[in-house]
Amino acid sequence: MSDLNTTPLHALHGELGAKMTPFAGYDMPLQYPAGVLKEHLHCRSQAGLFDVSHMGQVILRTPSGDAADAALALESLVPVDLLGLKPGRQRYGLFTNDAGGIEDDLMIANRGDHLFLVVNAACKDADIARLRARLDGLCSVEPVTDRALIALQGPGAEAALLDLTTACRDMRFMDVTTVDSDFGPLWVSRSGYTGEDGYEISVAADRAEAFARALLEDPAVAPIGLGARDSLRLEAGLCLYGADLDPTTTPVEAALTWAIQKARRTGGAREGGFPGADVILRQMAEGPARLRVGLLPEGRAPMRAGTEIFAAPDDDTPIGTVTSGAYGPWIEAPMSMAYLATHATEPGTVVFGAVRGKRLPATVTALPFRPAQFKR
Amino acid sequence: MKFTEEHEWLRPEDDVIVVGITEHAATQLGDLVFVELPEPGIMVSKDDEIVVIESVKAASDILAPIDGEIVEVNEGLVDNPALVNDDPLGEAWFFKMKPSDPSQMDDMMDADAYAKYIG
Repeated sequence: MSDLNTTPLHALHGELGAKMTPFAGYDMPLQYPAGVLKEHLHCRSQAGLFDVSHMGQVILRTPSGDAADAALALESLVPVDLLGLKPGRQRYGLFTNDAGGIEDDLMIANRGDHLFLVVNAACKDADIARLRARLDGLCSVEPVTDRALIALQGPGAEAALLDLTTACRDMRFMDVTTVDSDFGPLWVSRSGYTGEDGYEISVAADRAEAFARALLEDPAVAPIGLGARDSLRLEAGLCLYGADLDPTTTPVEAALTWAIQKARRTGGAREGGFPGADVILRQMAEGPARLRVGLLPEGRAPMRAGTEIFAAPDDDTPIGTVTSGAYGPWIEAPMSMAYLATHATEPGTVVFGAVRGKRLPATVTALPFRPAQFKR
Repeated sequence: MKFTEEHEWLRPEDDVIVVGITEHAATQLGDLVFVELPEPGIMVSKDDEIVVIESVKAASDILAPIDGEIVEVNEGLVDNPALVNDDPLGEAWFFKMKPSDPSQMDDMMDADAYAKYIG
């Protein structure tokens, strides 16, 4: 344990009775005494507080003090229209590689005079190195190491945050702002990774515990661990980097072309110009050989990551593999994400997963499993 | 009541043995979401993997604790796996066995020994 990093909320997790687990080099809460199922349902029906301080927070700044200059520079690493990202707004993005694969997924916010990125914990060192190598001389790349990151998610999130600061009431999904509070300046985005309405809030490390305690005073707010965070994001159809996305998977295969805006596509104002653009734009034109889809297994047996999928019960050659699979507490059924040969990806197609020597049927379904509840 | 190192409990009831998993095991596994039971009537040997359970975390097996015949299974668990977390020592029994050799239970732990075993 001694070589694991801890977040500013580590002591609070212990006090709340969390069962801890190593995750991306951090000692993180897997679950609290309520357990994964109850935590998941609590977040869907009321509000959940998540410590996501292990994720990387990075500021990109240009000498001009204009976020648009940083946006243009960053466009060389992500297939996202960042010039079209207005101040006070955030977009989902992907770092791609020369083969068109995904090196990480991230959030990119335009905070007026700089860009603010949130990247995955396991990738943050590589991401910072990638940013520095590519943006050297154009942008400063400043890792933010003195702030915690807390996600507040669920239908009760708005009321719980408004108790502490009323400034976040009128924010819409993917708005970002800075608010002054009793806990110092909060960098707030109306976003998250559960499919619920809610916020992600960056707060000074030395004020984070007091801030979290203040949120937890609202009886609607319960702490949620990584276990339920995983089932919540899967039910919401959201990808987990390292499971559903990796350096050999393209955004087209991952059904994430919605994150590549028109300006960066073939015929767009700033067509291509990101790593692997030739591969990705060709796949967009011709269609990928495989595609990420949802699967609803019949019965109650979950089809977990690694489960091979077949077109027929007695086929020898698989047509795909499950990349995430679990029981969905809100949909009350098992659910999986899988990459399948494109011919088998029409919703309603019945395929067969190899589970403990049996071939069990599952139906291809559109994602998400539960519709998003965002405040648009 | 007897206990195994695999965290099963065995409770004699008339001429059969009722088998379930301990509260400690249920807590360690986390919320159960899937149970697959054997066919009543089959003969099993000690350590055969006869029940599949899945929690929110992972799949695991329950082994036959002794040789014998499976005479009854608790179908209620298939529809409501969470019962295992709610009442592991009571309503959430998994199966009943007719033992081939009841002396196989002689060396198993009693409640005190099991309490020490799980520390």
